[in-house]
Amino acid sequence: MSLLRLKDVSKSFGAIEALRGIDLEIAPGEVVGLMGDNGAGKSTLVKIIAGNFTASGGSIELEGRPVEFLRPIDARQVGIEVVYQDLALADNLTAAENVFLGRELKKGWGPFATLDKNAMVARSGELFEELKSETRPRDLVRKMSGGQRQAVAIARTRLSKALMDEPTAAISVRQVAEVLNLIRRMKAQGVAVILISHRMPDVFEVCDRIVVVRRGSKVADKPTASTSPEEITGLITGAIHAA
Amino acid sequence: MPPEATADHARISDVTGIAERTLARKILASQPFWVTVALLALSVVVGLYQPSFFTAQNVGNITRNFAPFGIMALGMTCVIITGGIDLSVGSIMGLVAIVAGLFLTWHYPWYVAFAMGMLAGLACGAVNGFFVAYVGMSSFVVTLGMMSIARSLAVVFSGNQMLYQFGPDAPIVKAIGQWKFPSGHPESIFPHWVPAFSSHFWVMVILAFLVGYVFNFKSWGKHLFAIGGNEQAARMTGVNVDAIKFQAYVFSAFCASVAALLILGYAGSAINALGQTYELRVIAATVIGGANLMGGSGSAYGAVVGSALLEVIRNALLMAGIDSNWQGAFVGAFIILAVLIGMERSGFSFKELLRHMFRSGKGR
Ligand SMILES: Nc1ncnc2c1ncn2[C@@H]1O[C@H](COP(=O)(O)OP(=O)(O)OP(=O)(O)O)[C@@H](O)[C@H]1O
Ligand SMILES: [Mg+2]
Repeated sequence: MSLLRLKDVSKSFGAIEALRGIDLEIAPGEVVGLMGDNGAGKSTLVKIIAGNFTASGGSIELEGRPVEFLRPIDARQVGIEVVYQDLALADNLTAAENVFLGRELKKGWGPFATLDKNAMVARSGELFEELKSETRPRDLVRKMSGGQRQAVAIARTRLSKALMDEPTAAISVRQVAEVLNLIRRMKAQGVAVILISHRMPDVFEVCDRIVVVRRGSKVADKPTASTSPEEITGLITGAIHAA
Repeated sequence: MPPEATADHARISDVTGIAERTLARKILASQPFWVTVALLALSVVVGLYQPSFFTAQNVGNITRNFAPFGIMALGMTCVIITGGIDLSVGSIMGLVAIVAGLFLTWHYPWYVAFAMGMLAGLACGAVNGFFVAYVGMSSFVVTLGMMSIARSLAVVFSGNQMLYQFGPDAPIVKAIGQWKFPSGHPESIFPHWVPAFSSHFWVMVILAFLVGYVFNFKSWGKHLFAIGGNEQAARMTGVNVDAIKFQAYVFSAFCASVAALLILGYAGSAINALGQTYELRVIAATVIGGANLMGGSGSAYGAVVGSALLEVIRNALLMAGIDSNWQGAFVGAFIILAVLIGMERSGFSFKELLRHMFRSGKGR
């Protein structure tokens, strides 16, 4: 059974039709590459799945049950987590505070519950360790390098069960390799990943399936094994009409 | 991990020199710490020239004078952390005092009068919060409008009269505003050199601890800071940005209302001009205490110590015999100085700017 299923999803911003009739399915442990030109509608699609936008039409099912995400918190509560291309971190907070933003660990009871800072620092320390990132949980994000910020953004997704991604913009080659490794590890744990990237080699390296969006419509949905970088490039640019 | 990778890591942290932020470092880098140092230094200087400065009576007076500003600065800090501003606090004070005063002159019990005053203040805060958080208007515009509306309502409701015939509960109202601990009586168990701290001061202390606790130990506080740091990020991670911003404006109005009621009790009268131009002093105190007008930083302690510094400066100017009309100029200069110091701490260099201006000849 598919973990997440989109049926005929569309989205318009006034006169702009950003998405048209998108169908998409992801199984647990599956990694799907989402590709398309600038402005094709990739971010819009992710934001609909994450509850930042509500779809203008169509439906979303999670584990067979229809869901409606009116706010980001709704999507997070069922385990959908996004690493945004425009890194959504609060500069004035520490790494640990960012990792746990909006789902702080608490100790104590009811209205007297206080933040469990030690637990959050310890847990995010473990997550950075897993990412092999030299990121200290108590450091302010303002003082961090691009790669460390990326680690913070990705560490957030480790706390959830399904996720959407656009994680490899603005980081070094070594860190890209680590991110790809991380995606493989999450896959092994049954986490479903949607990877958005303009980097063809990355997508071919980790994805089971590649979906191409052009001008708001899905033009291809193929297993990685049965396509090629040339074909995908053609689909993205429109040189190949559909596959 | 291959050995060269480890070496690489070590080098990166050497070069950038980012160590875990130790407590000592944090304190040394914090504006409230330096404001405290300035406050103590200034107090010592004033005390040397004017020994009466350190008398129990003067300390009791000073702490009572700045407490209402400290209380309002706590509310203002919450708003400023979100990246907003509240220009309406002074006018809200006037409205709250007049509404409470009216109910007292109509011989309602003191708690009904205080509750109605509080309600009027909170309503103003809710209107501010609604238009800023949910409608998305600029806080400057909304609270500027409220500044005018609340003041005008205060004048209209008061019939432009001072209210002072407070009926049967007048003694209770006065007792609340003039209560002290220690009592300051000769037979009190405390020695005579212990200042008699006002109810205003104690309310400020309690509120400051409460706000400090929420900033440091509650998710509400973390969310407030996250909104100021990156509102978009806070929203995407599921923080209820609109509700928290709304609450910040309501809390600011709450603080102004509390301050107004304490002053009303102390004076035993209500005037519609109460709080005029106080918004500037409150914002000044907040900024001097280390809150950043761009949002994302500020502290409860900073709000209090910033208010204290402003009051001591005012007191020092008076004692030095400088015309009180000069105060505005000093306070204004201090705001600019405090912001400049804040910018220096976050990487902007005044020296660099000067050098640049001179090198490029014509300046910018
Ligand atoms: N909030 C919005 N309001 C109006 N139009 C929008 C909004 N967000 C996106 N769009 C439009 O929707 C279309 C799809 O944008 P989207 O951000 O999804 O592209 P993308 O595929 O993520 O591109 P990129 O590779 O550059 O990130 C674009 O035409 C864009 O201008
Ligand atoms: Mg995008």
